[in-house]
Amino acid sequence: MSSVEMSVEAKSTAAPGRSVITRSANAVATLERLLLSLALPVGLAVAWELAVRAGLSDGRLVPPPSRIFQEFAELWRAGELSRHVVATLLRVAVGFGFGTVAGTLLGALAGYSSLTRRLIDPTLQGLRAVPSIAWIPLFILWLGIFETSKVALIAVGVFFPVYLGTMGAILSVDRKIVEVGRVFRLSGFAMVRRILLPAVLPTYVWSLRAGLGLGWMFVIAAEFMGASEGLGYLLIDGQQLGKPAEIVAAILAFAVLGKLSDALVAGAAAPFLRWEDAFGAPQREA
Amino acid sequence: MLALDHVGKTYPNGVRALEGVTLTVAPGEIVAIVGGSGCGKSTLLRAVSGLDRPTTGTVMLDGDAITAPHEKIGMVFQEPRLLPWLSVAHNVGFGLEDRPKPERNTRVKAQLDRVGLTEKAMVWPRELSGGQAQRVAIARAFVTRPAVLLLDEPFSALDAFTRVDLQDHLLDVWADTKPTLVIVTHDVDEAIVLADRVIVMRSRPGRLYEEIVTDLARPRDRQSAAFDFAKRRVLAALDRSLDRQVTNDGAETRTSAGAALWW
Repeated sequence: MSSVEMSVEAKSTAAPGRSVITRSANAVATLERLLLSLALPVGLAVAWELAVRAGLSDGRLVPPPSRIFQEFAELWRAGELSRHVVATLLRVAVGFGFGTVAGTLLGALAGYSSLTRRLIDPTLQGLRAVPSIAWIPLFILWLGIFETSKVALIAVGVFFPVYLGTMGAILSVDRKIVEVGRVFRLSGFAMVRRILLPAVLPTYVWSLRAGLGLGWMFVIAAEFMGASEGLGYLLIDGQQLGKPAEIVAAILAFAVLGKLSDALVAGAAAPFLRWEDAFGAPQREA
Repeated sequence: MLALDHVGKTYPNGVRALEGVTLTVAPGEIVAIVGGSGCGKSTLLRAVSGLDRPTTGTVMLDGDAITAPHEKIGMVFQEPRLLPWLSVAHNVGFGLEDRPKPERNTRVKAQLDRVGLTEKAMVWPRELSGGQAQRVAIARAFVTRPAVLLLDEPFSALDAFTRVDLQDHLLDVWADTKPTLVIVTHDVDEAIVLADRVIVMRSRPGRLYEEIVTDLARPRDRQSAAFDFAKRRVLAALDRSLDRQVTNDGAETRTSAGAALWW
């Protein structure tokens, strides 16, 4: 019997028994990862709380966790928290939507057709070099002080990473894999559907997550430029009224929302990326 | 019948990779192409596959001019080139997308069975060893029942044991439908185990140089005297193609040609 056949058999006999053990081992590993990731922030928070309680600081400028929690509870009870969160979420969602659609379309065109790329890419790269905040005055003049200019700013922020990521992903598809498609005589559309689309997906998801991160960054800039609601407004309000607890509460809300929305995108893409075999892919049994 | 008529390829930078290649291969024949690196053997195979177009001459298959990939021509590359996002079974069935699902399933199942990887049908390609992955690539090429199958150094990335194993295996699967095989290799043993004819190429410009008929009885015994004799003839032809001194010392000839093939 050949060495190849032997290794096949060895693998298949090892397969059935391992599932139960792996599952409980996985649960332990997940718990361990969770505890480890929480150790630093929780530890710091508890330490500061104790320090303030012990009278080492009055905690006026750097409020201890209990006071931030209190602030949260008050905002929640007054219905303020949900109002601000919803306002910010809506802006990010709409801006992310527009930015993603535009970035994906233009990125795909530029990646797929070299003529389009030579036509639009130099201009877009030039525009990308402009710090997006610099658009604020122009957007306010063009689109007014209300929602449209805010959403536009967020969309611009989301657009560039998505555009770059989509174009780069298409350009870096392995020629060798494309040749497999050619050998099987895939037409333009079938080539896109069966080879290019799955091949670009991992990079594309990364670019969406990068775009979303920038979306959260720009929503603050947008809300700083004059808003009556939103987490960015809460930040400014806290500064002007000298309420650091409110500022920290808003920052925490940003952290939670950013993390959640990112996990949402990553989680939605995960079922399509189980095949990944890369440095960063989840560990598998060898 | 596969017929090449004065096929030539000159790259835009003026390099003549291939010149005046005329060759006919009968249905069911196995032809091995060997030659030093840069002699144009892969260029030749790509021209036959329709992936690249020759600058002069024509490639004909049963009366059809080959100018683009053709449904009757399959290809196995040096790397398995499996699609990482498809299971092994879906990789094998990649070229059967236009067939009804029941037929596709039966044929994929039968072909996987043929390459001995039935129990790997649902795993991702990343979970396969190099030899297993190349067997899946072979199954993917055979499942569409091509009339001509081109293999571009298909086993050169594998270890010696797996390579011998896959050579036998290729012949085994080949016997099912007996397509024409054109196999590019730099392994003289491999050429003699597989081929009815071994064609030695010469470089600058790439052209056919010598042809050695290796019609030994199958299955071929790699240790037999006839095998060794055929091997010496191919190695001597290779030495001539590289303008090397052919000495009477068989061993020395062998090492020099072997080294030339690798470097």
